[in-house]
Amino acid sequence: MSDPEMVLNNPRQAGDARELELISNVQGGQHELFYELVRPYERRVYAAALAILRNEQDAEDAAQEAMLKAFANIQKFRAEARFSTWLIQITVNEALMRRRRERTVVMEGIDDRRDGEESEYAPRDFADWREIPSEALERKEVRLRLAEALGTLDRKYREVFVLRDMEHLNIQETAEALGITAASVKTRLLRARLMLRDLLAAGWEQGWFSRLPFEKGTKPW
Amino acid sequence: MVSHEKLNCEQVWRELSNYIDGEVNAALRSTMDEHFKTCQRCASLLAGTRNVVQLYGDERMLEVPAGFSQRLEQRLEQKVEQGRERRRPRAVASRARWSSWSAWMVPLAAMALFAGTLALVDSLTFKYPAKSILSAPGHDIPPDLAVVVTAGSRVFHVAGCSFIHDKATERTITAKEAMQDGYVPCSRCLRQYLKTALRGQTDADDASADAEQDEVIGRAGH
Repeated sequence: MSDPEMVLNNPRQAGDARELELISNVQGGQHELFYELVRPYERRVYAAALAILRNEQDAEDAAQEAMLKAFANIQKFRAEARFSTWLIQITVNEALMRRRRERTVVMEGIDDRRDGEESEYAPRDFADWREIPSEALERKEVRLRLAEALGTLDRKYREVFVLRDMEHLNIQETAEALGITAASVKTRLLRARLMLRDLLAAGWEQGWFSRLPFEKGTKPW
Repeated sequence: MVSHEKLNCEQVWRELSNYIDGEVNAALRSTMDEHFKTCQRCASLLAGTRNVVQLYGDERMLEVPAGFSQRLEQRLEQKVEQGRERRRPRAVASRARWSSWSAWMVPLAAMALFAGTLALVDSLTFKYPAKSILSAPGHDIPPDLAVVVTAGSRVFHVAGCSFIHDKATERTITAKEAMQDGYVPCSRCLRQYLKTALRGQTDADDASADAEQDEVIGRAGH
């Protein structure tokens, strides 16, 4: 796990020296090094595009296009920003641009009908979900279950959650990327996290995280 | 602000996310700590919410479709190669002192064909110019109009525009000075002056989206 506080307070992490060197080499004309520079972030870039476009093919196109744009504009990158954040912001913008163009906003508009961000939240239950076996994420069905739960969130909650908790952007960066206020980011993030807990905690108690209902290759009946 | 003497559960839930992110002050934190010690339900909610943050924050949750990396690498290689090919003809010409005229007609024809393909690929791939039409100098902006520029951006705004980034470094100059210094007008607050530049553009939304992308790229995050 990467501690959000650490990411917030210490953006310059180990490996950064190598990254800065790569950036300046690419800026200096060694273009073939660009893939090496973005490779550590390709999954984050794809996830950001997917959170917005919700379609694998569109997300891949947007992710590739965003990285080509980053490549074309590498001279504009300044070292006081984190490269990963710059890359993700370009990606988010590319994805939002595509969504506007596709006009899926109209379709997803219904999705935002619940506008009561400020309305009181009440947990569905208080299922005790204390332990996480660290190996849980090794299992594809657990990851799928988590992805599914995320997919049920309204767009505005999902986007904030992905940028903040999966991409590890800070509050301000998330706000800028999505063009909303920091206060909105906080409210939506709280709601997203609580809703996901609601969706997952009960299942956890029933044991779907810790064991399969039946062994692989056998039938449950 | 809520009284920190004693919190009810709803107040704790409201601050739960900030608590997890370390964004509550020391007083509120210790009051919440007290609450979690005595309230089983809130403690369970906190543990569950932390699990959510931990599970989704894990690198393993970021999956890409099969072949994603190879396709990306190929596309980037192509792009780099394109850049090289564009520079190549000059280099070839300098050492092409072949005796036979027809001998170098072959590579020349091949290069022409290749350049044509590149141009075609380029026109198909890049529908959107890196520089949007909106970032061209605006027309009819009163030269003595007071505008605001900031350190982190090459865009100038009308004071109070909500698209000013890095407000701390704001500086007011005239529109004429801004344009002389290479700043371009904001596509939001100075939109009225950009209408003329938009003539002939079929989809104004795309253009403004491009201008926004330029701004994102230019300001490089904070």
